[in-house]
Amino acid sequence: MKSLVKLLIIAVMLTPVMAAASGGAKLLKAPIDINDKESLRRGAQAFGDYCYSCHAASFMRFNRIAKDLDMEEQEVREMLIHTYNEKGAPTKIGDLMEVSMTDAYAENAFGTSVPDLTLAARARGADWIYTYLRSFYVDEDRPTGFNNAVFPDVGMPHVLWSLQGLQEPVYETVMHGDIEVDEIVHFEKIQDGKLTRVEYDVFLGDLTNFMVYIAEPVQVERRSMGWKVMLFLVVLFGFAFALKKEYWKDVH
Amino acid sequence: MSLMNWIDDRFPATKMWNDHLAKYYTPKNFNFWYFFGSLALMVLVIQIISGIFLTMHYKPDGAMAFASVEYIMRDVPYGWLIRYIHSTGATAFFVVVYLHMLRGMMYGSYKKPRELIWLFGMFIYVALMAEAFMGYLLPWGQMSYWGAQVIISLFGAIPVIGDDLTLWIRGDFVIGDATLNRFFALHVIALPFVLVFLVVAHILALHEVGSNNPDGVEIKKLKDADGVPLDGIPFHPYYSVKDIVGVVVFLFFFSIVLFYFPDGGGYLLEHANFIASDPLKTPEHIAPVWYFTPFYAILRAVPDKLMGVGTMGAAIVVLFFLPWIDRCKVKSIRYRSIVFKLNLLVFGVSFVVLGWLAMQPATEILTMFSRIFTFLYFAFFVVLFVTSKNEKTKPVPDRVTS
Repeated sequence: MKSLVKLLIIAVMLTPVMAAASGGAKLLKAPIDINDKESLRRGAQAFGDYCYSCHAASFMRFNRIAKDLDMEEQEVREMLIHTYNEKGAPTKIGDLMEVSMTDAYAENAFGTSVPDLTLAARARGADWIYTYLRSFYVDEDRPTGFNNAVFPDVGMPHVLWSLQGLQEPVYETVMHGDIEVDEIVHFEKIQDGKLTRVEYDVFLGDLTNFMVYIAEPVQVERRSMGWKVMLFLVVLFGFAFALKKEYWKDVH
Repeated sequence: MSLMNWIDDRFPATKMWNDHLAKYYTPKNFNFWYFFGSLALMVLVIQIISGIFLTMHYKPDGAMAFASVEYIMRDVPYGWLIRYIHSTGATAFFVVVYLHMLRGMMYGSYKKPRELIWLFGMFIYVALMAEAFMGYLLPWGQMSYWGAQVIISLFGAIPVIGDDLTLWIRGDFVIGDATLNRFFALHVIALPFVLVFLVVAHILALHEVGSNNPDGVEIKKLKDADGVPLDGIPFHPYYSVKDIVGVVVFLFFFSIVLFYFPDGGGYLLEHANFIASDPLKTPEHIAPVWYFTPFYAILRAVPDKLMGVGTMGAAIVVLFFLPWIDRCKVKSIRYRSIVFKLNLLVFGVSFVVLGWLAMQPATEILTMFSRIFTFLYFAFFVVLFVTSKNEKTKPVPDRVTS
């Protein structure tokens, strides 16, 4: 009986954690505009400054970014390439965006391997990334000092804290059927970062936009080819239909 | 035409042209539903051609497969287009095949003398499911891996030989490089051969007895002095030019998906499949691709695993026997009773609802619905068998109506 009570207490104590695991899942709409090359270039800069070096984008080539975002290769080199290959020469512009950190090192440092980000936007969705990156909050119980409302107990440290500042969660008790659950309703700023709230939103929007782009670099070309093909088919339909009518005149 | 004569003396080129196209007499009253046979043939060709180009760049290797697909998507010129054509083509194949099968059920196209056409068609359908399943492993993402894991484990439910059988299928104790390699071989060589062979048999059987039509009238019964069916028109040029219209309309809809929704909101290319396969991490929610979902729902509806696998198998096997389950002499739904119409409607609805249910998490209430619709799925065949013997039908005309 006693152990049952203990179990119940533990269960109740765990509830907020579990709520955060499923709740907090209300995702914000990421402001994605894949045609906004200005935003994509800012996103590339942010990606290079804050993500790339732990995270790889190992299916993406540097020079593809230069080509698609109307940048000089030299610009991309300065923005993203800070490494050298085995021969001691700077990483080439035609190379894949790999990182030198090994899985073993990452598991030592963060307790988990670091996921490749090339396809993150297709695997998780843009809204998830956008919401995840603004949902870090101060949690002294975590080794990094931060926890995340979208991805509870995540191994990743809050690398953007200097931009966003620090925030604490505000809980509210809600009923899920018969069970009382503490859910994070919003965050309270406890220390300002370098960016204002609006600036940080724009920053994350650009970064997410860039990640949507690298997940499928061809998407702009794909859509523009689409309507041309369909326009051709509409014209072809006119001829095909006229041909059919002509041949079928004598049936009946 | 001396060259043609020279060839015809050695190879029946002109004879084949006439037998299958220029003098193959087809009912003149084909409607909308009759586009899907020729469309299925075209999609098969699209899949084979796009598949050939994909194999030029794809690496069937556990360590390289996932990256090679992204290489195709990014570095191979128009590789993305070929890959999306192939992935969208898989869905399109099942769309047209399901509509083609429904057509056969509506107009009784499986009935005497066309039972073999239906049987060859059913074998095509089963081969197509195997082809699609094995192809789905090749991108080597999480859903490829775990979807294959789930389906192969179904064979483990078979008593006595189950475990050895799954081992034999996988070629390893887990899905791995060996599995990927053999699925690649079967997907690009063995099953396409089987499919093409069956399609040829399907069409030869069709051309032997002649096509059915929306009225279910045998046009060969009434012929003119030259032996040409009164309601028949040569397939070429009449239906070749008509099918071109169907092809263009089909390609329009195909292009909408291909260029604007290639991942179909996560239903055609699943989100989890953009993460490389990982034997140690199970995705939260494993559901098969949409074209398998009705059968997956039937599997989940049965609490016992072996019984579930058996029921799912029965759901496919029972379709083979349709020509003998339906004992009504009247072919077309146009002249059949309200009982048949309602029965077929319930069957169609059940199939679609089951497909939807399999994509939802198995909650208590949804599992109950799965059972109800599984029951209705099988009830179709029972009701059909019982009511079709002495069905009250309308008089069938001698000639086609329009």
